[in-house]
Amino acid sequence: MPETLARDAASELKFRDPVQARALIAALEHVLDEIGRDRVSVMHVCGSHEQSIAKFGLRSALPRRLSVIMGPGCPVCVTDMPEVDEAVALALDGKVVATYGDMLKVPGTAMSLAEAEAQGARVEIVYSASQAIDLARGTDEEVVFFASGFETTAVATAAVVLESDMPPNFSVLSAHKYIPPVMEIVAEMPGTSVEGFLAAGHAATITGSAIFERFVERHGIPVVVAGFEPLDILAGLLKLVELIRDGSAAVANTFPRCVTAEGNLVAQERLWRVFRATGGNWRGIAHVPNGNLRLRDEFAELDARVRFEIDLRRLWGHAPHTLLQSCVCGDIMAGIATPIDCDLFGKECLPGNPVGACMVSNEGTCKIWHQYGGHPEL
Amino acid sequence: MCLGVPGKVVSVSGQVALVDFFGVRRETRLDVIDEPVERGDYVLNHVGFAIRKIPAADIGETLALYELLLREAGGDMMADDVRSEIEAAGGGRPEEAARA
Repeated sequence: MPETLARDAASELKFRDPVQARALIAALEHVLDEIGRDRVSVMHVCGSHEQSIAKFGLRSALPRRLSVIMGPGCPVCVTDMPEVDEAVALALDGKVVATYGDMLKVPGTAMSLAEAEAQGARVEIVYSASQAIDLARGTDEEVVFFASGFETTAVATAAVVLESDMPPNFSVLSAHKYIPPVMEIVAEMPGTSVEGFLAAGHAATITGSAIFERFVERHGIPVVVAGFEPLDILAGLLKLVELIRDGSAAVANTFPRCVTAEGNLVAQERLWRVFRATGGNWRGIAHVPNGNLRLRDEFAELDARVRFEIDLRRLWGHAPHTLLQSCVCGDIMAGIATPIDCDLFGKECLPGNPVGACMVSNEGTCKIWHQYGGHPEL
Repeated sequence: MCLGVPGKVVSVSGQVALVDFFGVRRETRLDVIDEPVERGDYVLNHVGFAIRKIPAADIGETLALYELLLREAGGDMMADDVRSEIEAAGGGRPEEAARA
């Protein structure tokens, strides 16, 4: 065991000290008084932030005038149905599809990978891109890594694509997403009134906080990079409302322990050597210019979309889940609805039997709210 | 899949390090980290890759924070996230863990 483990109450206090939390909330009240409006809305884009907010009941402790909305912070949730369809078609066509565990139950137009597996397709859960390539090394069958996640996770896929001893039966079906462009889309959506963004500390470990400078310039609203512990989130929110009060469209970093302005340049170099940003649909949100990460042409032979003729016709005979028509996951991801606006939430749609992607992933708003008590706002 | 997990480097062999994650030893890859890594360093890992060397001054606090998270039982989302980050490092048997 590492020698510096501190299992005592002092460490708990350090991150979750109620006295400090109350002081931060009082400071938030004060700044909101200075702003003087009935409602100030900010958005975060991180499943871990939502987990912490819901688990610790932060919304009930926050000033009611401050609305903290979860936006498209769940990469699994925003994977578009046609992307799932591609993976399902490849799996039904006899390829071994390796993917992260929470992609299994994400619905496609016709079925999920779990349903394809039930029909005899081979789907393997991996925790990392390395495990996917190891899988290919251990078989003669074609192994397709159905890769999801934001840029932070795409770095791992990039590193694997750049390996020198590539097994000939390995390819990548990229559903990776790039978060800065979707912030621009959501910031301009009719129906949202987002005045600032809380950005995910750990994602910014790789990208650096400076990645948000361009967004701030173009949209004139502030971005604060924050950690995921309750006090980190409160400190981030305080900085954000201070910037809103001051009319200061700036990037601030309240998580310097993990995040620098420039980020991890080696990882960024790998990321952009392998991927290019291209436009594509995000489930339920919109077409997001530059929102999808796809393999560059130099890596075409590793691109499952190039290597295989993906035949979606075999899915045409399958009707989509009828309940899906009532699912409001897209509106939830866009921040214009919450899980309690959905008729299915907690009834037909449950973690064990999810209808929509937001109930599938641990980073999905619906699953998080369900896990931590339904409606954490109350 | 967003939190990462810190661990102590036990040994380094080329682009792979053996890392101690709260008592579990696993392999993590070093090809995307931006600093040289040696035995005794602490690194933050995401999906099987070291992404940042943790500055000496921050090691104690970082470990204490994750200790706190890992004290939660299975089913807690943040604890599960950290546990799957440990699974993502090499040497384990992912299928068994995922389907358990």
